[in-house]
Amino acid sequence: MFDGKKVIALGERDGIPGPVLAECLQAAGTEVVYQTTACFV
Amino acid sequence: MIPVLRAAVNTLVHVPDLVRYGSKPFREGSRPGSFLADLKARLRTFEDAAAYPPHQAFIGNLRPESLADIPSPWYGHPLPGASHQGPFGEILGQGPFYSMLEKADQFGLVSLDAGWTPPANGASAAAKGLMSAGARRGTEKEIRRRIGSGEALALEHEGALIGCIRRDHEEDESLAARVLLENLAAKASGAHALRLLLEKARLPAEEVDYILSCSEEAIGDRYNRGGGNLAKAIGEMAGCPNAAGTDIKAFCAAPVYALVHAAALVQAGVVRNAVVVGGGSLAKLGMKSHRHIEKRMPVLEDVLGGVAFWVGPDDGESPRLNLEMAGRHPSGRPSTPQGMMEALVCEPLARAGRKLREIDKYAVELHNPEVTLPAGAGDVPLTNYRTLAALAVIRGEIGREEIPAFIRDHGMPGFAPTQGHIPAGVPYLGHALAAMRAGTMKSAMVVAKGSLFLGRMTQQADGASIVVES
Repeated sequence: MFDGKKVIALGERDGIPGPVLAECLQAAGTEVVYQTTACFV
Repeated sequence: MIPVLRAAVNTLVHVPDLVRYGSKPFREGSRPGSFLADLKARLRTFEDAAAYPPHQAFIGNLRPESLADIPSPWYGHPLPGASHQGPFGEILGQGPFYSMLEKADQFGLVSLDAGWTPPANGASAAAKGLMSAGARRGTEKEIRRRIGSGEALALEHEGALIGCIRRDHEEDESLAARVLLENLAAKASGAHALRLLLEKARLPAEEVDYILSCSEEAIGDRYNRGGGNLAKAIGEMAGCPNAAGTDIKAFCAAPVYALVHAAALVQAGVVRNAVVVGGGSLAKLGMKSHRHIEKRMPVLEDVLGGVAFWVGPDDGESPRLNLEMAGRHPSGRPSTPQGMMEALVCEPLARAGRKLREIDKYAVELHNPEVTLPAGAGDVPLTNYRTLAALAVIRGEIGREEIPAFIRDHGMPGFAPTQGHIPAGVPYLGHALAAMRAGTMKSAMVVAKGSLFLGRMTQQADGASIVVES
């Protein structure tokens, strides 16, 4: 379902970090055009 | 030599007129619109800030667990008869703090109007000892000239101009007025926490050998941004003539790293009495104020936090800082919640042959959820406790149905201001000390995390932990 899709991955410090999201989404066939991790505190 | 935690202090400084110089309000206020007027309309009085239940928990007048029994919103249920003095803390007003800023300044950066007398706001003797004698007061004309020229920022009290702070270099961004205000605010609030620690613990200032500052500010000039050693400046201001010091920089995990370093220095016999101190973060004032304004609630991020801890050799009654169970997060480990908690909690406990439920209390990132939830940032301590409880299930220590009870028994509601390093578990140490001395608690683990990725040098997060036990 992700093949050929471009993805922006926004991670969170106390949730899932951006690089982890990006790795999973790349493995699922997406092109990750941007990833980052935010800290909301 | 076994290192013990002799005393802990938490302080707050209510600075409503400085909220506009927080990073987010300063940015929003520089744009066209009504933001600053809306912000001003939602600032609290000193009395409201002092009676706010999480603040009462912070200075020790209320157990953090009791917050669960206070109806939401907590700001709508001030604690009756609340005092701004607590068994291990103080809530200081803005008036005395301005005077402390003036005293903290050795370079003529802060000018307070000679016609303005800072109100004492019932400040403690420790705070009064840090207030300026007013030797360098300015005139209103000179203050207005400096602000008008763009070299200085206005300092206001209850909406009236009472002074200014100027830059110390035209081109060096590290010495801009707003940066110097942040740095002096950290120094003054850190000195306040340290002075209060000395007085409450009856530790003679001359007997402090070493100070570790876990404050967040990058003290320095353009050639040495983050050069540091705010520790020594704080020690000087607090009157500790025999104390050397250094800064521990590790984002929000710095207080726990500092405790580990302090305990190690004492255990190794390098120093006898080490103090960890953290001043407040002015940049984080009003960090979520735009959401608080949208939701028509008070702007709750109106306080600077401060912490101070005395680590000394075993006195036969204070709880031990157990370095054998100090937790760390090596760079090869994942920065996922599970990966971090395994490294910071499970592995140190496993080394000592302990189970998760054998630690009475876990003090994680103790951010006040009433600040974060309206901004969509979640309940940070609860998120961390859920991860811990899930690990206890995975390890077969508890059943899935026991997760809520584990969180209730081993956790607590967040009660610390969103001041970065300040909520990093350590505000619970005052409560833990009191409970251990009363014989109602045996152990507490402080677990802190730091968002290293914010500095763009690595994608990783970081963390540190330490166990305090009777």
